Amino acid sequence: MSQQTRQPTEQEKFGRHRPVTDRDAQEINRVEELSYDLKIREVMTSKLYTAAPDMPLPKVLEIMRTNRISGVPVVQDRKMIGIFSIEDIVRALEKNDFATTVSQYMTRDVVTVAEYESIVKAIQTFTESRLGRLPVVNKDGELVGMITKGDITRGILIALQRDYKEEELRRYRASHLFEDIISDRTTLVLRYNIKAGDFTHGGNASSHIKRALLRLGADAQLARRCGIAAYEAEMNLIIHTLNGGILKLEVEPHKITLSTTDDGPGIPDIERVLQPGYSTATDKVREMGFGAGMGLVNIKRCVDKMELESTVGKGTKLTMRISVPSESLNGKRE
Amino acid sequence: MNLQTIIDQLQLKVLTQPRDFSSVEVKGGYTSDLLSCVMAGAKSGNLWITLQAHLNIVAVASMLDVAAVIITEDAQPDQATITKADEQGVSLLSTPKASYEICGTLWEMNIR
Repeated sequence: MSQQTRQPTEQEKFGRHRPVTDRDAQEINRVEELSYDLKIREVMTSKLYTAAPDMPLPKVLEIMRTNRISGVPVVQDRKMIGIFSIEDIVRALEKNDFATTVSQYMTRDVVTVAEYESIVKAIQTFTESRLGRLPVVNKDGELVGMITKGDITRGILIALQRDYKEEELRRYRASHLFEDIISDRTTLVLRYNIKAGDFTHGGNASSHIKRALLRLGADAQLARRCGIAAYEAEMNLIIHTLNGGILKLEVEPHKITLSTTDDGPGIPDIERVLQPGYSTATDKVREMGFGAGMGLVNIKRCVDKMELESTVGKGTKLTMRISVPSESLNGKRE
Repeated sequence: MNLQTIIDQLQLKVLTQPRDFSSVEVKGGYTSDLLSCVMAGAKSGNLWITLQAHLNIVAVASMLDVAAVIITEDAQPDQATITKADEQGVSLLSTPKASYEICGTLWEMNIR
């Protein structure tokens, strides 16, 4: 009997860090995704019990019995040449042929999976072959582990739990911020520098804002309202300013203030820009789906109070205030 | 109705990483190519049907938590858009049909 032990590294075991999206955070359902994401080597058992082809049958039986396994890979010169399972024992029993070696009764045609494949491949192979365990080989065909359906379930559960824990921890830390830090008035300020014409990153800041609010304990509805207002304000900086501007989020236990400031060109007619459908966007920008003339209208709908101040040649300041229901953000006191 | 059934019946091409679409419940839909209108009109769990295929649809879809985006008339998002959609957990689906036809079929399937 030879025992191969190869402990997988942290990296191999847990894979790359994968961002948890807002939707994941709300309803964890990543099993399907994980079955593509996790590699077989990350979930397989690398502690192996193997048999040599010239091993007497009683000895293999002993290995199977003491380790409570139903099949043993047969290995010669590190290469896998067959598998010896309970069915093979039955065949030997039928012939009352026990004084022989493994190679006489082992199954030579072995279904294997490769360690670098996704676990979805193993799941398919399990379904097609109706086998309960599969030997795992590396790219050189050497046996490196075994995988069972149980390994897959465990691997997925560990990965799910890890994702969930990370997000929970972040949420926990953030949502207790206002309780843990004592002052007469605590304000959390997040600033985002928005570049003019940067459509590639358009929406990133507002997406961070929405995420931050969810972590701070805001309910989905509140985070969505703030997210939409922030998005429209962010896109305004990208589309209409000369040099970009700053998008700022100020969070206090009972109110949220969003604001943008820029240094030009400024708005000549504030009354007009507040009218639904009025837009000064260029044709190029309109082709991308912007310039509906609904941005400020949307903001107004999402926030409790909106103020727009602008001086041509100097710049624009847009302030949006949202009051927070006491139970929504850090008001939770159990 | 779940998203997998809709993908199968409309023969939509999945452009982003496959996920468990059968667990995504679709609640109605919204169609417009103007992003601010979508921001105002689309609800969480809606399907968003649009001709737009550029990067900025991802931010909108993610902000609204739509069930998926159906990009019509074979408009092709670039790789950066698909990568960002995967990062944000937004599913992009594609069809050669026009928005009008897709909406009509969805309406007939009782996605209302």
